[in-house]
Amino acid sequence: MSEKITFTIDGKTVHGKPGMTILEAADSSGVYIPRLCKGPGLKPRGSCRVCTVMVNGRPQAACTQPAVEGMVVENDSPAMLEFRRNLVEMLFVEGNHFCPFCEKSGNCELQALAYRLGILSPRYPYMFPKRDVDASHPEILVDRNRCVLCGRCVNASRDVDGKTVFEFVGRGGHKRIAVDAEAGLGATAAAAGDKAAESCPVGCILKKRVGYAVPIGQRKYDKAPIGSEIEK
Amino acid sequence: MDKKQKQFIQGICKSVGNDRTRLMDVVRAVQAQYGCVCSDSVEWIAEALSLHRVEVESQVSFYAFLSGEPKGKTVIRLCNDVIDILNGAEKVAAVLSEELGIPVGGVTADGAISLEWTPCIGMSDQAPAALVNDVVVTNLDSDKARAIARQVKAKRPAADLVRTLGDGNNAHDLVKAMVYNNIRQKGPVIFDVFESGTALRKALAMSPAEVIRDVKTSRLRGRGGAGFPTGMKWDFTRQANGSARYVVCNADEGEPGTFKDRVVLTEYPDLLFEGMTIAGYAIGAEVGILYLRGEYAYLQAFLEKVLAERRRLGLLGKNVCGKDGVVFDIRVQMGAGAYVCGEETSLLSSLEGLRGDPKNRPPFPAQKGYLGCPTVVNNVETFCCAARILDKGPGWFAQMGSKGSPGTKLLSVSGDCTRPGVYEVPFGIKVQDLLKLVGANDAGAVQVGGPSGVMIGPADYGRTICYDDLGTGGSIMVFSAERDILDIVRRFNEFFVEESCGYCTPCRVGNLLVKEVLARICSGKGEPADLEYLQSLGQVMKVTSRCGLGQTACNPVLSTLKNFRPAYEKLVKADKDGFKPAFDIKAALCEAEAIAGRPSEHFSH
Repeated sequence: MSEKITFTIDGKTVHGKPGMTILEAADSSGVYIPRLCKGPGLKPRGSCRVCTVMVNGRPQAACTQPAVEGMVVENDSPAMLEFRRNLVEMLFVEGNHFCPFCEKSGNCELQALAYRLGILSPRYPYMFPKRDVDASHPEILVDRNRCVLCGRCVNASRDVDGKTVFEFVGRGGHKRIAVDAEAGLGATAAAAGDKAAESCPVGCILKKRVGYAVPIGQRKYDKAPIGSEIEK
Repeated sequence: MDKKQKQFIQGICKSVGNDRTRLMDVVRAVQAQYGCVCSDSVEWIAEALSLHRVEVESQVSFYAFLSGEPKGKTVIRLCNDVIDILNGAEKVAAVLSEELGIPVGGVTADGAISLEWTPCIGMSDQAPAALVNDVVVTNLDSDKARAIARQVKAKRPAADLVRTLGDGNNAHDLVKAMVYNNIRQKGPVIFDVFESGTALRKALAMSPAEVIRDVKTSRLRGRGGAGFPTGMKWDFTRQANGSARYVVCNADEGEPGTFKDRVVLTEYPDLLFEGMTIAGYAIGAEVGILYLRGEYAYLQAFLEKVLAERRRLGLLGKNVCGKDGVVFDIRVQMGAGAYVCGEETSLLSSLEGLRGDPKNRPPFPAQKGYLGCPTVVNNVETFCCAARILDKGPGWFAQMGSKGSPGTKLLSVSGDCTRPGVYEVPFGIKVQDLLKLVGANDAGAVQVGGPSGVMIGPADYGRTICYDDLGTGGSIMVFSAERDILDIVRRFNEFFVEESCGYCTPCRVGNLLVKEVLARICSGKGEPADLEYLQSLGQVMKVTSRCGLGQTACNPVLSTLKNFRPAYEKLVKADKDGFKPAFDIKAALCEAEAIAGRPSEHFSH
């Protein structure tokens, strides 16, 4: 097997190494493919589908699909943009996302994606689900209203922290994030320093007493849109 | 009591070697014994299997037949498949509800009986049907429902509900079901006399590579619906690296309107097991697993008896048919109510004791399947075809059917026809010829391939059933001209809402959004633009969903938007004044009115 893989994304030649996913190869080549459920340093889940690209004309999740020599990838086209908008809008209406007063605002990947994809307001009707908050842990808060079911905390807790504090329960529209104790997060092995606690892309898993520390204008995505760190 | 329960759980766990991948067997046993997998049970199971409790909860909460909350000692699951509904299931539900004094979804105050809806249980040709625990009751009407309710209330065993036995092996001592096979047309591949061992001995006389060559030459394609060439699949699996290999039979026949596998399992289990054994020999596997849907639990003891008999005859076990070094055995794994587990990677997740979430592909099961080992997953019918091919030769098989679709196909036909049941037909049969065969003179619509397939109208009855035109795993639902197309579409959508695993965004959210807009259209609040909205929503689901369930979940909508557009247009037409109310002010005020305790002054009747 050759040491280098060469293929194209939107006509641009990119390189990767054998074993890389399309997303990894794109990242290393400075091409941004929007993504949400794939967290840095975590195994891909392929669940949000935001990173869907066309590979030789067939849809594939870039975060799980291996890069192959000579493949033709369509990423930043009007059609793919439209699919991604739809997916992000679905996530917005599925939960209760209150950006104006969410402490993750400005550092939230869902919000940043919406800005980057040019979403002004979802075309879908809001579902306004009834979801609960788990504040039983002294240092970490879980607000399921803002959960996008990405599973980053599941992977981080199991694979990095070695704790399996988080896992999904239920199915379909009833799917929700659960914790490894009947009495709530406070009764689990979760700690503020866990990878799981910092892996949440939205305002669902939050560290207590650090909200709003950074003023508007200086928050992560105030300065540059999401993805620009890859496109440098 | 608690101590006894803990000991029971520890015993069950021990019986599966405290193997966490056998979690399904453990939780099924606990559910059957205690009516739920309660919090304490979860804790004890987790302890015995070295799992986190949240992992056990995650698995239990995925399956419809498992429950964290107590269910009745007797659970009545009434099938709400569209065919059952059109045959009066709602009336049956009303009678059961009234007799038991609980709504559908409820449990009687004494905790004795639960009543709930369940999706297709594979009895559409004898609908309405229900499961009373593991016992199947068919052809229900108000009188039968009343009798069932009274008998269950009197705490008579569910088995007593079976008064008359069905045909064939349904009357077997280990089955004793009132189910009928309804084999309406026999054919040369599946529904023909089969003598155990004949195909297997021919296969064992060849090398594994030659067996695969014969399956390839026959051009057999998977009968579950996707149509992947079986010989290629076997070859890939044989060539993949792995410490062990597995043969898995997908008997999770969950596509609404399909029941042909149930008939094969009842009447031709030897043909199936022989096909699995041949596959095991061909790919170098020693273990085969039959994943049997929870709804078919009534067949489990019978199938295990058939397996035991095959062991006795030397057709399974060590040195199969006396051939040195050929080892193969088969076990039955029960499912627990999840349509998505018919998707092969979900099925593997379920087999591994996990939630039935589909897996990422690649790697494909042929490379990394069950427990990370190369695995062949085929449908019941596919294994049967393979056995017959080895017996009668690939040329014999390939000359039947149509060009791209050799062989015959089992079709499960239900709905508005005089002869519902299972038909073995050559591939390439025209829909209109099939309709004649099944006694459907007034078909206004035919759903080919179940809800995940397509709905066609009379203009398409000249089309053929085969992989290159109308592909199907076997479900054919016939609807007469007076049936309400949108009502059927809504029921199919609700099925997908219930059965989506929720792993990926487009399927989890998309199906709910479809439900909302269909309800709006059907209530007269839709507008023409909603049809474009539906179309684009369906496209997002089709393109971006992670597995076949999500990719096909919008097919009922997309195919009827194409083939039955007037049904939609009629409903989204503007009113006489040129306007269309898109918003129901009265419904919106409901909650506020309830809080205020009086009707709105401005919008009262």
